[in-house]
Amino acid sequence: MDSNASSSSSSASGRSLVSAKVVVAGGFGAGKTTLVGSVSEIPPVSTEAVMTEASEQHDDLSSTPEKVTTTVAMDFGRLTLEQELIMYMFGTPGQARFWFMWNDIVRGAVGAVIVVDSRRLADCFDAIDYFETSQSVPYIVALNRFDGELPYTVDQIREALEISPEVPIVDFDARDRNSAGNVLKTLLRYALSRPRQPDPVG
Amino acid sequence: MRNRRSRRGRIRPYTFTGGRTRSRHPLLVQTLVSAADANTEAPSTLPPEAQRIHEMCRETRSVAEISAALKIPLGVTQVLLSDLADQGLVYIHPTITGHSPSENQVLERALRGLERLFQ
Repeated sequence: MDSNASSSSSSASGRSLVSAKVVVAGGFGAGKTTLVGSVSEIPPVSTEAVMTEASEQHDDLSSTPEKVTTTVAMDFGRLTLEQELIMYMFGTPGQARFWFMWNDIVRGAVGAVIVVDSRRLADCFDAIDYFETSQSVPYIVALNRFDGELPYTVDQIREALEISPEVPIVDFDARDRNSAGNVLKTLLRYALSRPRQPDPVG
Repeated sequence: MRNRRSRRGRIRPYTFTGGRTRSRHPLLVQTLVSAADANTEAPSTLPPEAQRIHEMCRETRSVAEISAALKIPLGVTQVLLSDLADQGLVYIHPTITGHSPSENQVLERALRGLERLFQ
């Protein structure tokens, strides 16, 4: 399966390895980590980021008035797509108060999947707002079918969540490996189909 | 200043990084790094955390994996890796963002990889 394009045999230490990242967003408990775990070749790993934020919304750390550091855990998984091409899936922290750190996680992502629990649509508003507003990376919406049923049609959900018409909405089962893998395929096809300009001038 | 409390047992992550919070190299969470020479030991003058990071880089790994394995917060890992790269001790691999049409080929390879893995 090795592609003939990567014929640099001098790469004893794998110099020609490249990586990419997909962000998995959504409300708390929507199935982000389940999706990552279903597709990942390693058990999802948790890492911690220490974030610094302005302290005005906190009053419990008055002894350090200038800054507050918050430790946020992120789950991630890995997929070796080719010998020298590795994709990481990062689950964003679900709690609304961690939205401020999204830019750091999302920066440089190929795309994002917003996992939606169709029984609790309001939980994903913040995530959809973020990606609709920032327009920084392509995103798709994945409706997690918890019990094999969707209480709404895709059209109803698109309308309720005010999702742009071009954004793909798919339904899937986060526990099913192929179903979750299909979500990633849809995302990459969409990312490839989008018109992209070389860096804008000015 | 008046309210300084002793926080025994806690080491501020910035202690390791000399107060810096940003790295000079484009080190994203998914960026892969590897030791420039896997057979060379890290200089003993490096801080212990940097030595442990260098040790882990004998195999190619992502910034996030190193951070998780060594339980060093991401930001600190990024700064220490940046220093190691400055000294020519680690190699930083390219990251594909897909934001430029010039990366289409790699994105297509990624899609084909997914199609092989998930039917």
